[in-house]
Amino acid sequence: MRLGDAEDGTRAASPLGSSAQITALRRDMLRFAQLQLRDRGLAEDAVQEAIASALANAERFAGQAAFKTWVFGILRNKIVDLLRQGTRTVPLSSLMGDQDEEAGDTALDALFKASGHWNPQTRPKTWRDPDDALSNKQFWAVFEACLDHLPAKVARVFMMREMLDFETAEICAQLGITTSNCHVILHRARLGLRACLEGHWFAPGEHPTC
Amino acid sequence: MLTCKEASRLVSESLDRSLDLRERLSLKVHLMMCTGCTQFNRQMTHLRKLTKQYAAGAFTEAADEAKPPPAP
Ligand SMILES: [Zn+2]
Repeated sequence: MRLGDAEDGTRAASPLGSSAQITALRRDMLRFAQLQLRDRGLAEDAVQEAIASALANAERFAGQAAFKTWVFGILRNKIVDLLRQGTRTVPLSSLMGDQDEEAGDTALDALFKASGHWNPQTRPKTWRDPDDALSNKQFWAVFEACLDHLPAKVARVFMMREMLDFETAEICAQLGITTSNCHVILHRARLGLRACLEGHWFAPGEHPTC
Repeated sequence: MLTCKEASRLVSESLDRSLDLRERLSLKVHLMMCTGCTQFNRQMTHLRKLTKQYAAGAFTEAADEAKPPPAP
């Protein structure tokens, strides 16, 4: 089945909408899949399969937004299956060496004073309305840039936990690290992301060094 | 008494496992006295929500809305 064709072959019935909308949807699905899988071929296969199986149930959806949410859910399930199989995906253990671990610890320590309390510059501030960010195109560009700013393994663990809903125990097992280490990585990811988002979106200008 | 580093770690872990009674109490006491960690705790709720929205393709919809309608 070709992209954009409904099951019965009538294009007009497709919830994917116009060909421009199909292109946009497919492009964003690919971006997401590639971010998770780090393999162009695997990502393309996952996207194609997700769209095909979503179209089989497409008549349930009145609007394009609902269809997108649905098809992204299917895509996430496919990505989870592929990561569990582990074929052709980049092994987590190869993403970061000990040096990066140490650099990450130093970065984390810089957030806090020697006493273990927040540095005045890095103390979390009040955020402007996070719900406004949801519908803002520029916000998502900042969000992606902040994710990209994290060390590769830290970002990977965070995405597996928060975007793909893996349990921490399963992430640790895949990584071959202790639960405690896994929690340290997630803590570091959240500290790094919140600082980046705050400095570049939610409270800009309040961070002299950001 | 927890440090902010420890308190923020417990806030983070509370998103991944259930804290035991002792941990919950010490975190609660710290949050009552620390605005930084209270903000951090709130921000973690927002971060989780935003990340789930991203993974649900929210960035796509936002991009579409921002674009002018395509030419016929
Ligand atoms: Zn604190």
